[in-house]
Amino acid sequence: MLKKISNIGDCGITCDFGDEVNKTINKEVIKLFNFVRDSVKTGKIKGILNYTPSYNKLIINFELGQIKSQQIIEFIKSSDYSKINLNENKNIIEVPICYDEEFALDLKRLEEKTKLNFNEIIKKHIETDFFVYMIGFVPGQPFLGDLDNSLYHDRLDTPRIKINKGSVGIVEKFCTIYTFDSPGGWNIIGRTPFELFNINKKNTSVLSPGDTVKFKSITKEQFFSFKNE
Amino acid sequence: MSNYFKVIRPGINSTFQDLGRFGLQHLGIVAGGCMDQLSFCISNKLVGNKISEGALEFAYQGPLLELVGDSVLVAISGKVNFNIIKKNGDTIQGVSNESFIISNGDQIDILSTINSVYGYFSILGGFKLNDVKGSVSTLVRAKIGPNKGDKLKSTDKIFFNRLSKKEKTKKIQFEFEQDNIIRVMQGLQIHYFLKKSQEDFFSKEYKVTKLTDRMGMRLEGQKLENTVNKNIKSEGITKGSIQVPGDGQPIILLSDHPTIGGYPKIANVITADYDKLVQKIPGTNIKFKLVDLAVAESAFQEYIKKF
Repeated sequence: MLKKISNIGDCGITCDFGDEVNKTINKEVIKLFNFVRDSVKTGKIKGILNYTPSYNKLIINFELGQIKSQQIIEFIKSSDYSKINLNENKNIIEVPICYDEEFALDLKRLEEKTKLNFNEIIKKHIETDFFVYMIGFVPGQPFLGDLDNSLYHDRLDTPRIKINKGSVGIVEKFCTIYTFDSPGGWNIIGRTPFELFNINKKNTSVLSPGDTVKFKSITKEQFFSFKNE
Repeated sequence: MSNYFKVIRPGINSTFQDLGRFGLQHLGIVAGGCMDQLSFCISNKLVGNKISEGALEFAYQGPLLELVGDSVLVAISGKVNFNIIKKNGDTIQGVSNESFIISNGDQIDILSTINSVYGYFSILGGFKLNDVKGSVSTLVRAKIGPNKGDKLKSTDKIFFNRLSKKEKTKKIQFEFEQDNIIRVMQGLQIHYFLKKSQEDFFSKEYKVTKLTDRMGMRLEGQKLENTVNKNIKSEGITKGSIQVPGDGQPIILLSDHPTIGGYPKIANVITADYDKLVQKIPGTNIKFKLVDLAVAESAFQEYIKKF
């Protein structure tokens, strides 16, 4: 349920769905996100520049010369977006992952912490249907959940200076895929050769908020021979 | 004859920018775009372009460019110290916020911005740039934009559109705001901070540090005590948001900010004061003044009159 709408500066608003992070709340956020995006695309509302869903909030940025926050707040409050069927635009995407120890930098540490062996950790990871909660921080980076609770683990105490593009990491109940070489503190369990983000393609990001990701284990040979279309 | 500028020296951080790339923040792509919108638009107006035409933004030290081709009308906006070095060796001191004609073999040497950070270089007809998702803004961190998403480099060639239209040189009288007061609205998590820290934030000076770029501006001053939680559940970020990490020193998120973040935010800079803010050089002491939405909206009405 949308709890409240507040201003963020003079050209942004936040639609707040509460403090918790779970799929039920996130699906509500994505429903409103889809509604706002469709309303922008069909010209029902003008002046909106960006819409950013996260775990439990939707942030909307607008052009102050075109529209004021009060008009957007009234538009949302007077709309019945609850009828939008989230399943309509929900895709299931298979992401190949190689769990070879060359890529799975933190599997050994996770074995110690979780008291599970390598194969059990992989099995639990691969059997999970991951929901795309949100995309961002850097372009195309998905935040997926929920991990089996036996795999919950904290961030690294000292983040790595460089994590390779394609690395798959876990923290708490979330899983992420690095779309750029970048610093990071997630526990790395494998790497995908699949390019999730390419600004030059029409479909810039393979994943969208609300999609489902299923990982598929591949060998090192398959990893190196993988070709992105 | 092909017409282009030869890049002899690229400058510190020279990138092509326009007003931003919109509608993609849900995929992690920030709007970005020029830092100082008013100066950007003025550079386009000076050469008779539409105000949203892509221009070259530079910071501190700009590029040294040589024209290869026929004479063309160009302009530099901002507070900029630059020279025009004629083909015959004569050096003329340039005047910013005034368009001028440059001829084959002449060089433009953008030496430095004066007590400010950003300046803009525009050309009649605009640069020949390939847009990416409807914008020619460069996001270097993600390699998105013209010039392969990168800063200008030595040996680059800058091509431009040549119009038959003749535009006269012109001058725009332009008053830079000199004061160091930045108006802000309350942030979503202002109540995370001690009452005393809130008072400090709105009354004490904060120094702009060297750790400032297109992504953010780190400030140094009275530590802000967070009594609720050092982190929040990651949420979308808006340009001008002032976040406070665990060390209690505020960071203002600027045009190329990450799209989501997990630090509490104490305030947000109002649109009308953003251009003034981004031009503050490291070492400047700024002060925040708390205003409400009505004040911010009427300040915006005053601000857009300048365009």
